[in-house]
Amino acid sequence: MSGSMNHHILSVLVQNRPGVLARVAGLFARRGYNIFSLAVAPAEQEGRSRITIVVDLDSAPLEQITKQLFKLIDVIKISELDPRRSVERELLIATVRAGTEARGAVLELVTIFEGKIIAVADEVLTVSLEGHPDKLDDFEDLLDSYGIVELQRTGRVALPKLDRGARLRAVN
Amino acid sequence: MAETRPDRITGAQALIRALEHEHVELMFGYPGGCILPAYDPLLDSEIRHVLVRHEQGAGHAAEGYAHVTGKPGVAMVTSGPAATNLVTPLMDAYMDSIPMVAITGQVPTAAIGSDAFQECDTVGITRSCTKHNELVMSPADIPMAIRQAFHIATTGRPGPTLVDIPKDCLIAEMDWYWPTDQEVLDSLPGYRPNIKGHPRMIKEAAKLILASERPVVYAGGGILKARAAEALRDLVELIDAPVVTTLMARGAFPDDHPNCLGMPGMHGNATAVTSMQKSDLLIALGARFDDRITGKVDAFAPTAKVIHVDIDPAEQGKVRKPDVPIVGDADYVIREIIREIRARQAEGATQADTSAWKSTISGWREQFPLTYEMSEPGAALKPQYCIQQLHAHAPEGTIVASGVGQHQMYASQFWRFNEPYTWVNSGGLGTMGFAIPAAIGAKAARPDRTVWAVDGDGCFQMTAQELVTATLEKLPIKVALLNNSYLGMVRQWQEMFYDERYSEVFLDSSNTPDFVMWAESMGCAGFRVESPEEVAPTIEKANAINDRPVVIEFRTDAAEGVFPMVPAGASNDDLILHPSQQDRAAALQEER
Repeated sequence: MSGSMNHHILSVLVQNRPGVLARVAGLFARRGYNIFSLAVAPAEQEGRSRITIVVDLDSAPLEQITKQLFKLIDVIKISELDPRRSVERELLIATVRAGTEARGAVLELVTIFEGKIIAVADEVLTVSLEGHPDKLDDFEDLLDSYGIVELQRTGRVALPKLDRGARLRAVN
Repeated sequence: MAETRPDRITGAQALIRALEHEHVELMFGYPGGCILPAYDPLLDSEIRHVLVRHEQGAGHAAEGYAHVTGKPGVAMVTSGPAATNLVTPLMDAYMDSIPMVAITGQVPTAAIGSDAFQECDTVGITRSCTKHNELVMSPADIPMAIRQAFHIATTGRPGPTLVDIPKDCLIAEMDWYWPTDQEVLDSLPGYRPNIKGHPRMIKEAAKLILASERPVVYAGGGILKARAAEALRDLVELIDAPVVTTLMARGAFPDDHPNCLGMPGMHGNATAVTSMQKSDLLIALGARFDDRITGKVDAFAPTAKVIHVDIDPAEQGKVRKPDVPIVGDADYVIREIIREIRARQAEGATQADTSAWKSTISGWREQFPLTYEMSEPGAALKPQYCIQQLHAHAPEGTIVASGVGQHQMYASQFWRFNEPYTWVNSGGLGTMGFAIPAAIGAKAARPDRTVWAVDGDGCFQMTAQELVTATLEKLPIKVALLNNSYLGMVRQWQEMFYDERYSEVFLDSSNTPDFVMWAESMGCAGFRVESPEEVAPTIEKANAINDRPVVIEFRTDAAEGVFPMVPAGASNDDLILHPSQQDRAAALQEER
């Protein structure tokens, strides 16, 4: 699902002001660029937010997208994150069919992926999994065979990989 | 002199005071419900307010003002329909990089989002047609919002900004303060336009220029924005290169200068278009490789290297990948390039021989001048002749504003522009009806100058009501209305590309409206000219009238087309010459 081949990740630091997300989204729409996923939340510094945008490179060259984005007055900094040199995380929650017959198998799958059961009902379970988007893709595929009732992913967030040493801790 | 107690004033007073602090002398606007409070302190201000008849007129007048002065044009209107009426001028200013500040009233903060009377999402609607916009939510924020708006509109690549102010913020009181430059910069941490250009790229540019045997200077509107006409001339004379001036740059380099080839592009002259095609080096200065210039991009100037000077980094490589990209202010960068060339020459470097190129170009110029055939006796006037006569009788420094269509192209082709800031037109957006309100803005800024609006019968009917403004505000502009009863440019396309199937282009304006009566009813002098011998005397009559606007309706030939022409999407090599020159077309290709 993440189809990361033709995607690039932009980490965009913005002033946290009303309408900033609309400006970014509007720019993508107006210039015909495609957003694959988008996550936004306040950043480490007060008054700043970080937007992680996964862009579809078939729609436009990254350089042009970055330059147009940087023309937005509220955009302070844009870092292009190479997937090979960044750490990426995403959260998935899904409600899955898990009647008596399938329940054991679903639980096993959640255990293998180190996911969590966050709600239980007679015929369904709601599960969550945090991790690299590729791992979430696999998990989603496997869950699908039991029947996904509803699913929500957050879209990925990413930061640059740290230098040597610390990198060891950044495995998927 | 230290102020001991805070100056307690209303948001409306703060707004007007902020405009005064930004040295606004003149603004254009139209009052209404939500902006009402701001119009009260305006009565006590030195700022002149020109009351238009439609908010679109306020926007275009502000643009016209900005075009001729370089200072930001200011338009103030109310909420809702007034704000939406400003959308066209904002987009126009955005496309043509015109500094402009729009102030709109908004419903009170408590009513925002409730579909209140005359409410619209102004910042939402104008987000993609402004360089920046802001909804103010407290009277205390007004001075900073205005400072930011002026700063952003006038620095970097200029453009329109908008400040949307709810009515309660105008009414409530605040403690007046005026933010310092540093505070403004600190409030905009992501906005730092690059002025200077990269020194290594400037060196690289000088090297390419000295090595080029077939250079062409491609001067765009950025020359005018950067006040770089003088630097441009210095560069051109230093390297003795031919110059083309785009539709947005007419007047940035004198048409009468021997190096000037005139306008390139879809309706550019054959020499300007072909010299770019055959060039080995395009020196693009404040130009953005618009589709109307390049034609089919893949076939544009195939043998040319490109030096691209532009203050907007996003223009670098947007259309054509430059060999030497330079992000910076055109005036600054051109002077640096000149300095670098001189330094190299002082060290013994010599410029490549461009003499063969110059003789090729002068051959083209001789064979392919802009041309038209005079009308037969008794037949309708040729529009080109009218433009030439207007120019021949125009006092020095005359400003020409134009609408959009055939008349715009004739004006750009047949007027001789020898001074910067004398040509005001809508290039990027192509806004019909631009001429009259823009001319009013230009006249308000330069009351000492003669201002001609060149208009068509289609354009005139879109914004003619502003002639009432011109009369009552004592802004006596002159309108040359080229009436061919058609939407001429669309008609020309239907003639050439739709087998002469004319669909909805006949405006039938030979009797209805009666333009002379209409002009007179708005307080203007009105004349109608139908034969060539009346043209010059009527223009002279119009030039002698300075106490009210003048409209001359010229009855022109509907069958006349604008030539040369590069059909949309075609290569510039497939330029269609004027019918009288078509037998010579091969000469443009063979002399490589």
